[in-house]
Amino acid sequence: MSDPIIQFDHFSFQYHAQAEPTLHDITLSIRKGEKVLICGPSGCGKSTLAHCINGLIPHSYRGESTGRVSVGGRETKDTSLFEISRTVGTVLQDTDGQFVGMTVAEDIAFALENDCVVDPALHERVEKAARAVGVETHLSHAPGDLSGGQKQRVSLAGILVDDVEVLLFDEPLANLDPATGKAAIELIDEIGQQTGAAVVIIEHRLEDVLHRHMDRVILMGGGRILADVTPDELLAGSLLKENGIREPLYVTALKYAGVPITAQAHPDSIEHMLLSESDKAAVRDWFCRTPPAPQSPERETQLAVKDLRFAYDNGREALHGISLSVRKGELGAIVGTNGAGKSTFCKLICGFEKQQSGTIALSGCDWASLSIKERADHVGYVMQNPNQMISQTLIFDEVALGLRTRGAAEDEVKARVEKTLKICGLWPFRSWPVSALSFGQKKRVTIAAILVLEPEIILLDEPTAGQDYRHYTEIMEFLLDLNRRGVTVLMVTHDMHLMLEYARRAFVFSDGRLIADAPCAEILTDDEIIRRASLKETSLYTLAKRCGIEDARAFVARFIDYEREAAHR
Amino acid sequence: MRPIFNYIDRPSPIHRLTGATKLCCLLLWSFAAMTSYDTRLLAFLAAAGVAVFVLSRLRISDIRFLLGFVTVFMVLNNVLVFAFSPEHGVGLYGTRHVLFSLGGRWVVTKEQLFYHLNLVLKYLAMLPVVMIFICTTQPSEFAASLNRIGVKYTVAYSVALALRYIPDIQQEYHEISQAQQARGIEMSKKESLLRRLKAASAILIPLILSSMDRIDVISNAMELRGFGKNKRRSWYMARPFRPADFAAMGLCALLLAAAIFLNIHNGTRFWNPFI
Repeated sequence: MSDPIIQFDHFSFQYHAQAEPTLHDITLSIRKGEKVLICGPSGCGKSTLAHCINGLIPHSYRGESTGRVSVGGRETKDTSLFEISRTVGTVLQDTDGQFVGMTVAEDIAFALENDCVVDPALHERVEKAARAVGVETHLSHAPGDLSGGQKQRVSLAGILVDDVEVLLFDEPLANLDPATGKAAIELIDEIGQQTGAAVVIIEHRLEDVLHRHMDRVILMGGGRILADVTPDELLAGSLLKENGIREPLYVTALKYAGVPITAQAHPDSIEHMLLSESDKAAVRDWFCRTPPAPQSPERETQLAVKDLRFAYDNGREALHGISLSVRKGELGAIVGTNGAGKSTFCKLICGFEKQQSGTIALSGCDWASLSIKERADHVGYVMQNPNQMISQTLIFDEVALGLRTRGAAEDEVKARVEKTLKICGLWPFRSWPVSALSFGQKKRVTIAAILVLEPEIILLDEPTAGQDYRHYTEIMEFLLDLNRRGVTVLMVTHDMHLMLEYARRAFVFSDGRLIADAPCAEILTDDEIIRRASLKETSLYTLAKRCGIEDARAFVARFIDYEREAAHR
Repeated sequence: MRPIFNYIDRPSPIHRLTGATKLCCLLLWSFAAMTSYDTRLLAFLAAAGVAVFVLSRLRISDIRFLLGFVTVFMVLNNVLVFAFSPEHGVGLYGTRHVLFSLGGRWVVTKEQLFYHLNLVLKYLAMLPVVMIFICTTQPSEFAASLNRIGVKYTVAYSVALALRYIPDIQQEYHEISQAQQARGIEMSKKESLLRRLKAASAILIPLILSSMDRIDVISNAMELRGFGKNKRRSWYMARPFRPADFAAMGLCALLLAAAIFLNIHNGTRFWNPFI
C-alpha cells in the first residue's frame, strides 16, 4: 500500500462566523488511486471537508482548527494554496460559475497561464487535456454554447492540465440530466484509472455515484465521520436511512420484499449483486401480493395547449408544435435534456415569450390576449434559485409583495399572507429576516409568495435542485399537500427519483417536441424514450428483469404506489 | 440583447493585428485627436479612420447602435456648447464675423461655426477607430493586450471577466424581471417614476445578491487554479508581433508626432484660418 495522499488527524474546524465547530475530530486517510465517496445530508460538513482537502481552509476561509490535515505529505496550513492546487484538482459544483475563460481553450489553459507556461507547451498541453475528456472539437466555443455535461468536461480538463494526484469533485451531478450524470460518473472513473490519481467525490445522490465501483464511502453527519466502509457494508447496514441519505431504489424494493441485504451479496450494483433463487422468489411474491393502487378518477382538462410553436429571433425554432393537456388537480413532471424546450414551454405559458402559432387555453378561455401579470393570477411560476426571486428583507413583506402590487387592502393582505404562511409552515418565522433562512426555507418563501396569489396552477423549475434527501422530502411533501388541496402542480425536473416518486404523469420533451405523455413508471421503463430524452432507466426495472418479472413496468408502478402509501401511513 | 463588446468575426488585415497593437494604436490615435484642434489633421484622421474602417470589413449595420448613441451625444454636446457659450469661437480665433442672430446673446458667427466643425471632426476622427477596436478585438485578447501595455494582469483579467459575465448578468436580469413582473411588478412607463424605482429594486436586489454568490464561486475557482501566484502570467491567446503590427504602431506614432508638431508649429492647439 502506498502512503496516504490525504491525511486527517483528529482534525476539528470552526468557522469564525459560527458558534459551533463544523468538523469534529476527523481522522481519515485516502491513498493514491483510491476512489472515495463522501456523502451526508446538507450541513453535515462534507463541503467543509472538501475545502480542507483543497486548501481553501485555512487559506481562504478563516477559522479555528485543532489537529492536522496533510496533503501529499505536507501539512496544509504550512503549504500555500497554490502549492496544494498542484496536488489537488477541484471541480466545483457550479460549473457555470467556475468557467473563467472566454472560450473552452482559455478555460483549460487557465492554470497553465498562471504558471507562466508558454507556447508551444501551452497549446500542446491544452489540447492533450481536451482530448482526454473529449472536448477537443469545441476549443473555440464560448461557455454559453456548451451543455451542462460539456461544461463539466471542460472543468475537468482544466485540472487535468496539471498532473494532480487528487481529483476532488464537489457535487458533480447537481446540474446534470440523468444520462449526462451517468456519463459523468463513467468519465470520472476512467480518468481516475488513467491518471492513477485518488478520486474524491462529494455527493448525496448515492445510487447515481455507485453506477461505477467506489472503494469506500465515508458517511458524515453532524460534522463527524459516522462510517468509513465499503459501499456494500454501508448498504447492508441501517445508517443511510437514519442519516437522511436515500438508499438505492432496488435496495428499498428488496427490503420491502423481505430480502435481507448483506455485504457479502455485493449490493453496490444491481447488475452484479448476488441474488439467490429464494431472494428472487421473494421479490416476485411481493409483486403478486401488493395490490395496484386504485385509479384516480379522470378530472376535467384545465390547461390545454394546442400546436404551440416558437422560434427565437435568429430564426431557430425551439418548439415544433407542442400539444398537451393538463387535468385539474394533476401533479405532473416536465422532463427532457437541456435545450429540449422545457423552459421555453414554461415561458410561453407564463407569457414571458410570445408563440409564433398555436393556442394556450385555461379552463376553456383562450390566453392569447392576457399579459404576464394577468396570467400570473392563474399560473404561478417559481424559479429554480430562490435568491433570484427574493427582494424584500422580511418574510412577511416578501410574501405580501404580489398582493400589495395588485393594490389589495392592507387588512386583506394581512389575512391572506398569514393564512399562506401557516399553510407553508412559515408562521413561526413570519417576522424573521429572509437572510436568516436556509436555502430550503427560502424556497418555501418563494412558493408562499406565489401561492398567496391563489393561482390554480403552480409551475416550478427544478423545485429540489441542490437539496439533500430530507429537505427534498420536505419540499415535495409540501407540494403534495398543496396538490391535495386542489392546486395543479407542474414541475420541470432532471431528478428521476422526484419524477418517479411524486409525479403521476410525465411530459417528455426532446428537441422541441413532446415525445411522450404517460405515467412515470411507463416512461422510465421505455428504452426508446429513455434514450431520446437523456433519462436513465430505473434500477427497479433491472431488478424486475433479474427476478424474472415479465411485466417490469407494472412492478415499477407497484413499487411507487407502495412507497407512497408507506410514506403516508 | 447586444453584448457591449461586439466582436465580429469577419477576417481582415485589421483582425489579424494583435490586440495589443490595436489597443496601442487606439491610444496613440486618440491622443493625436485629443491634443490637436488643427482642422487639417482632424479631417485627415477622420478620412483615414473611415478608410481603415472599410479595410476592416465592418459594416455600418454592425455598429448601428453605438453609432446612434454617439450621434445623439455629439449633437447634444454641440447644442450645449452653443447654448452656454455662443462666443467661444470668437474668443478662440480673435475675430468676429457675424452671420445672423438667433435673438438675445445667441449670435451665429463664422468663428463659432468653425469651432463646431472642429468639434464634429473630433468625433469623426475618434469614432471609426473606437468602433474598429471594439469590433475586431476578441474579448479574450483584450486582457492579454492590457497586460502587455503594462496593466497588472490581475486588473486586466478582472476587466476581461467583467466582459465575460455581462451576457450572463443580462440574461439573469431578464429572467428575474420576468418572474417579478409575473408577481405584478410593473416596469412600464404607465407607472409613476417612484413606483418604477421601487420596482427596479425588486429586480436589482436579487440580481446583486446572486452576483455576490457568483463572485464568491469564481474567486475560489480562480485561486484554486493558481491565479495570483506569480507576478506574471502567460496568455493562451497572446500572439507574437509581426511586421504589420510594428508598421501599424509606427504609423499611429507618426500621427501623434504630427499632432504635437502642429501644436508647436502653430503655437496653439487651434489652426486659425481667420487671420
